[in-house]
Amino acid sequence: MEKFTTHTGVGVPLRRNNVDTDQIIPAVYLKRVTRTGFEDALFAAWRGDPSFVLNQEAYSSGSVLVAGADFGTGSSREHAVWALKDYGFKAVLAPRFADIFRGNSGKQGLLAAQVAQEDIELIWKILESEPGTEVTVDLEARTVICGDVVAQFQIDDYTRWRLMEGLDDIGLTLEHESEISDFEAQRQPWRPKTLPAKHLPAVEIEAARPVG
Amino acid sequence: MAGTLAEKVWQDHVVRKGADGVPDLLYIDLHLVHEVTSPQAFEGLRLTGRTVRRPDLTLATEDHNTPTLDIDLPIADLTSRTQIDTLRNNAKEFGVRLHSLGDADQGIVHQVGPQLGLTMPGLTVVCGDSHTSTHGAFGALAFGIGTSEVEHVLATQTLPLAPFKTMAITVDGDLPPGATSKDIILAIIAKIGTGGGQGYVLEYRGEAIRRLSMEARMTICNMSIEAGARAGMIAPDQTTFDYLEGRPHAPEGADWDTAVEYWKTLRSDDDATFDAEVVLQASDLEPFITWGTNPGQGLPLSANVPVPEEIGDDNERTTAERAIEYMGLVPGTPLRDIHVDTVFIGSCTNGRIEDLRSVAKVVKGRKKADDVRVLVVPASARVRLQAEAEGLDRIFLDFGAEWRNAGCSMCLGMNPDQLKPGERAASTSNRNFEGRQGKGGRTHLVSPLVAAATAIRGTLSSLADLDLGEETDLTSFDGTPLAPLDPRLQVQV
Repeated sequence: MEKFTTHTGVGVPLRRNNVDTDQIIPAVYLKRVTRTGFEDALFAAWRGDPSFVLNQEAYSSGSVLVAGADFGTGSSREHAVWALKDYGFKAVLAPRFADIFRGNSGKQGLLAAQVAQEDIELIWKILESEPGTEVTVDLEARTVICGDVVAQFQIDDYTRWRLMEGLDDIGLTLEHESEISDFEAQRQPWRPKTLPAKHLPAVEIEAARPVG
Repeated sequence: MAGTLAEKVWQDHVVRKGADGVPDLLYIDLHLVHEVTSPQAFEGLRLTGRTVRRPDLTLATEDHNTPTLDIDLPIADLTSRTQIDTLRNNAKEFGVRLHSLGDADQGIVHQVGPQLGLTMPGLTVVCGDSHTSTHGAFGALAFGIGTSEVEHVLATQTLPLAPFKTMAITVDGDLPPGATSKDIILAIIAKIGTGGGQGYVLEYRGEAIRRLSMEARMTICNMSIEAGARAGMIAPDQTTFDYLEGRPHAPEGADWDTAVEYWKTLRSDDDATFDAEVVLQASDLEPFITWGTNPGQGLPLSANVPVPEEIGDDNERTTAERAIEYMGLVPGTPLRDIHVDTVFIGSCTNGRIEDLRSVAKVVKGRKKADDVRVLVVPASARVRLQAEAEGLDRIFLDFGAEWRNAGCSMCLGMNPDQLKPGERAASTSNRNFEGRQGKGGRTHLVSPLVAAATAIRGTLSSLADLDLGEETDLTSFDGTPLAPLDPRLQVQV
């Protein structure tokens, strides 16, 4: 994962609350088995609307998304983070994020910065009155700068550290491999195992056919 | 020290205690896998030369993307077929147990775990699907994860997790006839909002919850995520043990006794403190439906479409205006006057045998409204078999419904089961987001009983709108009465 310290780029005001992950990337785009190439799927249902913010020239090269509360609710699909990253976003600012989305962002190097609603409103006003204005996100100082607005943002210490160091979670965990083995040795026998497989008798399933 | 149910299960899984902001490393007992959120995780293992640490704690099934018609033919959509083939190849390469389309144990991952007896109290359960919260109904700590975390669990069988807060949701009293566990959870989400549960594990308690069947409890825990909570839990009790006993992977003999003894300790201590508490009276509830585009935009069926001008908060008013416009509704319209084009009965929320039984009981001997399409999609192939053994399929077909094979189907519209632009559905699923069930589709979330009544009348309806006759016992609709299992479905190891 690339290290993240500070980023400056065009801010994109997305004046909506409750942008769920089905809006960020609809389910039909989740059939791909790759981890990249999702830029066309980002906000797919809204991209057809010429007035949608990303369809406006001044914002199309945006890399800092400024959204309303409860961004990333709903489905756990990490594709939502991949789509934002593939489009070119490096950071999302919102007053509140859904837990799973925030976690997924941290794993993928997309900064999910929690900014107070009042500050989001101020940043929206600047970005809307002067499209193309750049926003600077400083992870070390935990600040956002847009025009004359300087705001603090929240992010948990551990995610901040991992983002700044560009660390891979699995590698970190495997440093404690012996502790995992110790834990496994103590595991109670009643806890289930999927193998060897136990199940009810195999019965043939009849295929349903189209009607009409 | 006194602890909550969630804290107790957490404590029993700490491999390594974090400090100074470093999260705890938790052991994962059961990892469920499906085709949509796993390909990139397996690819990650391949690229780093890692293996699946515990294939014997991992189970895969095909559900999100699979067709519900012609399942014996090659999948027509090539991208979908590739994704299914990818899971099959990965399962083979990494030695993971997989229940494929056409297999009697295939189905929605959140039905397959419980029906095999793999989901049990006191476990940590994860899956790359946000509705993993369903398994919390057994007193397991169960939550959805992203693909990076799927890879992490495959490689290490653990997850680093930040601590959560706890919220007690107490539902007192008795549910009135015609109201179900779906109405309880829709009312809870409307009350606390789609962000109300963020950062919390919810624990549902109280008389009304205790009286619910396991399947009805699963419906409630399933939708915890729609309130923003990663997990929802219900303390295990005799109902839980009765559901589990004799299932294929349930403990046996002395292991069963040890397990039950431990499971009985899995309840929040009387003096445990929760970070937040919410109380609801079940007797105040009536059939609940959503009118908008997030699961928190719900109202009793007897209400009207909200009038945005009457909403004080700017943000809420804008959100409501947008939702009403997308949903093609007129503010002030009685919800009962809304006509639907499609009724979808299925999903990990309400596609279980009890759901199908309660729908069958309402529609038996009737005909659906002429201009309504009715889709019945069992949650798993076993549920389909059970329904057929009970003759429910005939009731649905005579009613004019389509009887499909198992899968997620129209809940998320990844397969061909989708709404067309502008089409309106009453759906027993869990999300009414814009375009969730198909681009431009409009979704009203409802209980199975409201779905059944709506399919008969063509407009959003409850049992109260039907002339049910005296022979129908309304009190038996709460999901508690269970017919004996079909002998064909006895356990064979």
